[in-house]
Amino acid sequence: MSGAADEAAAIGGPARTARVAAAEQAAGRRRWAIIVLRVLVGVGFIWLWHHASGNWVDTMLISSPEAVGLRLWHWTLDGTLWSNLSVTLYATAWGFAIGCVIGFSLGLLFGRYTLVAEVFDPYITAIYSIPKIALAPLFIIWFGIGIESKVAVSAAIVFFVIFLNTYTGVREVNPLYVNVTRIMGGSEADVLRHVIVPSAASWVITGLKVSVPYALVGTVIGEFMSSNRGIGFLINQATGLFNIASVYAGIIVLAVVGAVINTALKHIEAHVLRWQR
Amino acid sequence: MTASIAISAVRKSYVSRGREILALDRVDLDIAEGEFVAFVGPSGCGKSTLMNMIAGILSTEEGRITHEGKPVNGINRNVGYMTQQDAVLPWRTVAENVALPLRFHGMGAAARAARVTEMLAAVGLEGFGRSFPAELSGGMRKRVALAQLLAYEPRTLLMDEPFGALDAQLKLVMQEQLLAIWRARRQTVVFVTHDLAEAVTLAQRVVVFSGRPGRIKQIETVALPEERDVFRVRFLPEFEVAYTRLWEALAPEIQRGAAA
Ligand SMILES: Nc1ncnc2c1ncn2[C@@H]1O[C@H](COP(=O)(O)OP(=O)(O)O)[C@@H](O)[C@H]1O
Ligand SMILES: [Mg+2]
Repeated sequence: MSGAADEAAAIGGPARTARVAAAEQAAGRRRWAIIVLRVLVGVGFIWLWHHASGNWVDTMLISSPEAVGLRLWHWTLDGTLWSNLSVTLYATAWGFAIGCVIGFSLGLLFGRYTLVAEVFDPYITAIYSIPKIALAPLFIIWFGIGIESKVAVSAAIVFFVIFLNTYTGVREVNPLYVNVTRIMGGSEADVLRHVIVPSAASWVITGLKVSVPYALVGTVIGEFMSSNRGIGFLINQATGLFNIASVYAGIIVLAVVGAVINTALKHIEAHVLRWQR
Repeated sequence: MTASIAISAVRKSYVSRGREILALDRVDLDIAEGEFVAFVGPSGCGKSTLMNMIAGILSTEEGRITHEGKPVNGINRNVGYMTQQDAVLPWRTVAENVALPLRFHGMGAAARAARVTEMLAAVGLEGFGRSFPAELSGGMRKRVALAQLLAYEPRTLLMDEPFGALDAQLKLVMQEQLLAIWRARRQTVVFVTHDLAEAVTLAQRVVVFSGRPGRIKQIETVALPEERDVFRVRFLPEFEVAYTRLWEALAPEIQRGAAA
């Protein structure tokens, strides 16, 4: 088996050598350096903001880090933050979930049945080109000013992204894998589970990553237009009162939420797509 | 002996970009149960096309193919097929890939794991069960496909250039393994190769195809015993006789292809 041994050696085999340890150490150092630099950039930004406000730019326009920090602190203490954030998150999560399930199912269906896809194609393209935000007033008429209309806006946005990505992913599946899996004895359900879904996964995950911020945007836009709770409502209300610190506080909360969700998705992606090198 | 695979008057052409390419024409061949048959022929003569039709991936245009007495019509789940292109699933580990057909045939998890370990050892891939295919060389992936094919013991094996990506020594080792398994289990084997020596070493009958459109030009019965030593068989006079006759049939076809 000399050939096999050579090949094993060539790709490193299962052994943990000193080289492996050194490479891991170098990677670890780099990760730490990046974290430190990121913190420095953040601190530098706040410092710049602090100096700009009141000196170079009117506080009415950019508030100040102290005022915004204080507002966030008060919101946290008096429960304003959580009672509004939970409404926004709840609507986003539902919109996201509904949009994903419907988009994924229809994407699979259309991807498997080419005729259906070809018939519907011009209509899908047409609906896709409508800015979904433009549907928000319509949804408010249909579902009222409660949470349902916000769920509908974000679901509509998420649906299209997931649908189109799933559809593309399914269409890209190599038919060789499908045929070979069937010959080995796989049922249609096996083909779906072992070939089509994993093959489309990189497309679907890209869709998820793109659509999470959209889901949040959809909810917040809905809240801007009409509502009495939620982060979008807080921002809108503060804008009306020229309470600039609250506007920035609301925006920062949204930014943090978006970043947290995206980081989580990145980890999920790295796990699901670990087979790609 | 009854025919395992019966191919009669098969024709197949492809239509692509407004042109019709006749790939195979008037192919007749009976392969007996338990027989080891090799296909050789210039590249592009339709060997893979014929394999795909036996596996039911492609339909015949004229003529018919029966397998184990039933006409092949749609995916043929009674063959094991190692395709020419890599078909190991890139998103499953090596062990998961080998276990997949076992799972489809209802084998329990413990028995599956034991069988996978045994088969990976048989193809020289111990310790690579948890690797993903992208981490392996082309030759290693071919061996994963081989382990997968042999693990679930289909009664008919279709193998399309299975050892093409292996180096010369490893190829001999794999040929030895395949022959040992075939002698023990007596599957029907259809083995495509571009290596004439490999065809003579392994097969009981070698079928030579002409250049496109592929037709059967010659069928040579190899007068070597079934108990063969793949490392020494090439020094036997019967080997030389078969090899020479096959080469005389094949050489003009290859030259014709090169000139065209
Ligand atoms: N999908 C296809 N579309 C058009 N032509 C094809 C297709 N597949 C194979 N061919 C043509 O059919 C002929 C036979 O191909 P193939 O069966 O792969 O040959 P071989 O395996 O003997 O090398 C070739 O000339 C090839 O170009
Ligand atoms: Mg071929």
